[in-house]
Amino acid sequence: MQIKVDASSFSQARWQDYAIRFLFGGLITAIAGLIAKQFGPVIGGLFLAFPAIFPASATLVEKHERHKKEKVRLRGDIRGKQAASADAAGASIGSIGMLAFAILVWKLLPNHKPWVVLVVATLVWFLLSILSWKLRKLV
Amino acid sequence: MTQILIRFLVGGAVVSVFAVIGDLLKPKSFAGLFGAAPSVALATLGLTIVAEGRSYASIEARSMIAGSVAFFAYASVVSLVMMKYKTQALLSTICAIPLWLGIAFGLCHLWFK
Repeated sequence: MQIKVDASSFSQARWQDYAIRFLFGGLITAIAGLIAKQFGPVIGGLFLAFPAIFPASATLVEKHERHKKEKVRLRGDIRGKQAASADAAGASIGSIGMLAFAILVWKLLPNHKPWVVLVVATLVWFLLSILSWKLRKLV
Repeated sequence: MTQILIRFLVGGAVVSVFAVIGDLLKPKSFAGLFGAAPSVALATLGLTIVAEGRSYASIEARSMIAGSVAFFAYASVVSLVMMKYKTQALLSTICAIPLWLGIAFGLCHLWFK
């Protein structure tokens, strides 16, 4: 399947949809800092991979796909759930890249420039996620 | 208090950028990759390096490994449950959060005890 940029979902979204994700993203970042301060970096670090905005994103995907079908007078319930399920499957593939990001930062950060480590780890997350996504049908 | 506010604003902004990129992409399974973007980690680690130093941030990243494994299990279960039982996204994703917590803390306990 070809990767495409589709701006229609962007135009369908309301400002509240983005505000909710900003709120959850901000809250979990602040809470992760507070947890690390209270319980130390071992516990605090777990929350760097917490699925904070995942419920909001999956709900948004489900809603948009349902509305698309309803616009052409079709029932969109099932399509919405399938799209959200596919989104979650993509996230599980992306978590392989997230794991690589964490390992690289853990190993490289003590001895290298922080910004270089974060940029390299983010690039590896991106490339490994795409590679895993492309290879998913072979598994 | 100022540091918490900065964390909130930076975290919200970074997470939003990745979320918007994910919204623009198709197919949805590809867009979902951005649901597992290390957005909270980027915001947190950058600020932690400045405030606490590289060694402290490195320990956080080591724990993130356990969190990532838990995220993999969480997202896989949510996807399977939604596909098989056609449950609502909000219900499925919220109900599966204890799974993430259990795996993340379980691995943390086993690995770092």
